[in-house]
Amino acid sequence: MKPVNEMRLKIESRSVNEAFARATVAAFAAQLDPNIEEISDIRTAVSEAVTNCIVHAYAETVGQIYIWSGIYENGVIRIKIRDCGCGIENVKQAMEPLFTTLGGERAGLGFAVMESFCDKVRVRSKIGVGTVVTLEKRIKGRENADA
Amino acid sequence: MAVKISVTPLRLTIAVSGEIDHHNAAVLRLEADEAIQSSLCKTVRIDFGEVTFMDSSGIGFVMGRYRIVSSYGGAVEVVNLSERLYSMMKLAGLDRLVKLSKKEKGKEKI
Repeated sequence: MKPVNEMRLKIESRSVNEAFARATVAAFAAQLDPNIEEISDIRTAVSEAVTNCIVHAYAETVGQIYIWSGIYENGVIRIKIRDCGCGIENVKQAMEPLFTTLGGERAGLGFAVMESFCDKVRVRSKIGVGTVVTLEKRIKGRENADA
Repeated sequence: MAVKISVTPLRLTIAVSGEIDHHNAAVLRLEADEAIQSSLCKTVRIDFGEVTFMDSSGIGFVMGRYRIVSSYGGAVEVVNLSERLYSMMKLAGLDRLVKLSKKEKGKEKI
């Protein structure tokens, strides 16, 4: 299926860009007329994925983060967050709640939060090549807020 | 993001406003820990009433403060949570470590 509208964004993996990334994707999603809850879901999920790129993929360096988003006729938004960083050795383990390689202040809940706020989360990763996280969410919108 | 800190003999209150993400959690952590370490209050209250956005960094922030405060025998409570923040913290199992309470009805914000 082809998206009816799409956008691309390339940012440096600096933590100051986290707010910019989630606000930009949320602004793009606004054309689906989401309710406040749905906008918050998107903002939070994007924030988690972008933070992963910054703290894990490009841990010791600054690299590029590529964000693509497409909107489909059925009210679905798909967001791809891609990096060319270190890659994830064991994706299944990385997605387990509370698992973190960093410890300390990282809760290990990034993927759990993405999964709880999106309909689908897909992760493809290759060591030394990078990671793509694809988020998908159907926007029911303001009219059908209780449906 | 901004932090307001107030201390009484019995309680340290850390009131956070704005957005909590990985970027500004670093500053938040510094300010909170400085206040915690200089007061060593038995009760540390974290007020999230004016928080407009939080991702899992906010959960990490609460977990980290819980570790520090419980290490000297104190307790942490998180107050004025919106429905959304409350359910995120429950999802993370924070209710087993700290006391969570929601915002009063009628004052609900997102």
